[in-house]
Amino acid sequence: MTWTNVVIQGVLIGGFYALFACGLSLMFGVLKVINLAHGDIAVVAAYVAVFLTPHLHLPEVWAFLVVVPLFGLIGYLVQRTLIQKSIDRDPFTTLLVTFGLSVVIENLLLEIYSANGQVVNIGSLISQSWHPTSIVYISYVSLTVLGVAVLVLALLQLFLSRTGMGRLIRAVADDREAAQLSGANYRHVFGIAAAIAFATVALAGIAYGMMTQFAPTSGGVNLLFAFEAVVIGGIGSLWGTLVGGIALGVAQQIGAHINPQYQILAGNLLFLLVLAVRPQGLFGKKTAFA
Amino acid sequence: MKRSEVTIGRSGTVSVRRSLRSPLYTLISAPIVVGLLTVAPWVLPAQFSTTLTNFYILVIMATMWNLLAGYAGMVSIGQQAFVGLGAYATLYFALKGINPFVTIPLAVLVCGLIAVPVNYLLFRLRGGYFSIATWVVADTALLVVGTVAVLGGGTGRLMPGLQNLSPAQTAHYSYLAAWLVALVVVFGTSLLLRSRLGLVLSSIRDNEVAARSSGANVRAARRTVFIIAAAGCGAAGAVLTISQPFVQPTSVFSLQWAAEMLFVSMIGGLGTIEGPIVGSIIFFALQQSLQQQGAWYLVIFGSVAVVVALWQPRGIWGAVRDRFHAEILPVGHWVEASPTARRRPWRRRATERSTAPSGAPGA
Repeated sequence: MTWTNVVIQGVLIGGFYALFACGLSLMFGVLKVINLAHGDIAVVAAYVAVFLTPHLHLPEVWAFLVVVPLFGLIGYLVQRTLIQKSIDRDPFTTLLVTFGLSVVIENLLLEIYSANGQVVNIGSLISQSWHPTSIVYISYVSLTVLGVAVLVLALLQLFLSRTGMGRLIRAVADDREAAQLSGANYRHVFGIAAAIAFATVALAGIAYGMMTQFAPTSGGVNLLFAFEAVVIGGIGSLWGTLVGGIALGVAQQIGAHINPQYQILAGNLLFLLVLAVRPQGLFGKKTAFA
Repeated sequence: MKRSEVTIGRSGTVSVRRSLRSPLYTLISAPIVVGLLTVAPWVLPAQFSTTLTNFYILVIMATMWNLLAGYAGMVSIGQQAFVGLGAYATLYFALKGINPFVTIPLAVLVCGLIAVPVNYLLFRLRGGYFSIATWVVADTALLVVGTVAVLGGGTGRLMPGLQNLSPAQTAHYSYLAAWLVALVVVFGTSLLLRSRLGLVLSSIRDNEVAARSSGANVRAARRTVFIIAAAGCGAAGAVLTISQPFVQPTSVFSLQWAAEMLFVSMIGGLGTIEGPIVGSIIFFALQQSLQQQGAWYLVIFGSVAVVVALWQPRGIWGAVRDRFHAEILPVGHWVEASPTARRRPWRRRATERSTAPSGAPGA
């Protein structure tokens, strides 16, 4: 019965990984850019939620109403300036630039807010949970985050398949030149994709701050988990990312149950195993492979 | 200067040579610089030799990173894996009773061997996915090493075998070790780039598709470079362990190493031998002058690196070389038309008008 709880905790945390990863996946799918600062953007969003919302007389639970649209806008602007400029050079430059940004953001946060852990304060909600049996323990916050992750993935899927802008994004992702010849402004489409990516990762960052403590260095760790979720699930598949996130979460919880030291190691080993045995991931297409 | 002549079509001959300047400059000044830096720890105050030791360690790492990224086009943000593994290999062999200075080549060997299976896994991914996967490997190495109790687990362990030396002796010997390894790495890299493999690497750097279609085995060249870079970073880790003899997993496997390697190579000039050295000099100047201000030097250095990547992608040394055609350690070839008339080929326009046959390629 303990193992049931271990698996349930893994599934809950897996939903969070998928929420964190879907922006990474979208940016790669459309812009062909791996944003190495993805994790740090989430952390910045969490800091903004903690330090800005008191000025707006808003409870921190509702911080996402302000922060998520704000980060969508920031995403559009960053894409149209820095990222577009590096795409115009070559893919290699995008890696150098986003990694540079990641280190700059992390150390700026460290200088401004110190290395102390912060939390997004949601009052007594944090400690409430549901006990279907005596051993199984489901925190409402984690359950909500899983629900939000599924909702975001479903909305994203609907947006990409049913709306005009969604079709445009897919067209640019498939063939940039052809879409441009047909009249699409690919830079604007890139900006929209980056806006969605930044908005979802800001949401993930706030969710992270509600579930646990965060610090300036939290971004890197979460980028690794998000990346592992994407590769395990299969690059280019949104629902694959959810399955990958859950697989990663379960592996980590099983590792942690054996010995707390093995939590992250178990996830990494699952990732390396998938890479060795099934490099296209569980649901992947063969696009990101040499 | 050695020249070789190549006949191209009907237009005549071109000559190919290493450098536009006489190698005498390098041949005369290099032994002087090497000699001065070898005796430096006996002349300079102790704190200078410590700083120089750290400088050499950064030069080693940045040279290796430049070989990976600048020549073979692989952006690794997980080279700290091999820095850490080199450090721990040194610690392990020293615990077995081997002289710490003898463990350096052993650490190099260990890292090179570990890189063989690792590169087969990593090479399944490309581009940005390759980059993050290198980081996963570094994270895994950190976590695995942290579980080994003999090596001090998560808290770390003091490097044995150095306690019978006086502090001054330790400083001098570790300086010499770092200096020697840096010399071997930099000159070894320049020799490597002058070899056939270097030619393949330069062609990958300039145009991967063209290199492939001309029959260059790009993948094999990348594998070789990955293993060499792993071994080189292992040497850096080993020297690091000897110079600051406490090995702690989170510090030797720190992502900061990758950040420094990357920024230094980018600012100095990717794809040049001298670039990482120039970048390291700038990095240390900045770090020394801002050391009271905590992590601000990384903020500034990172911002500069981003700006350089966007607006001056060849870095500082790249700009210098383009302007003055200067190379301290030439690894490329200069191709010029008509072997006899161009005595001063850096004055290109004047000679081209008088002698260049049509269709001959420039430099």
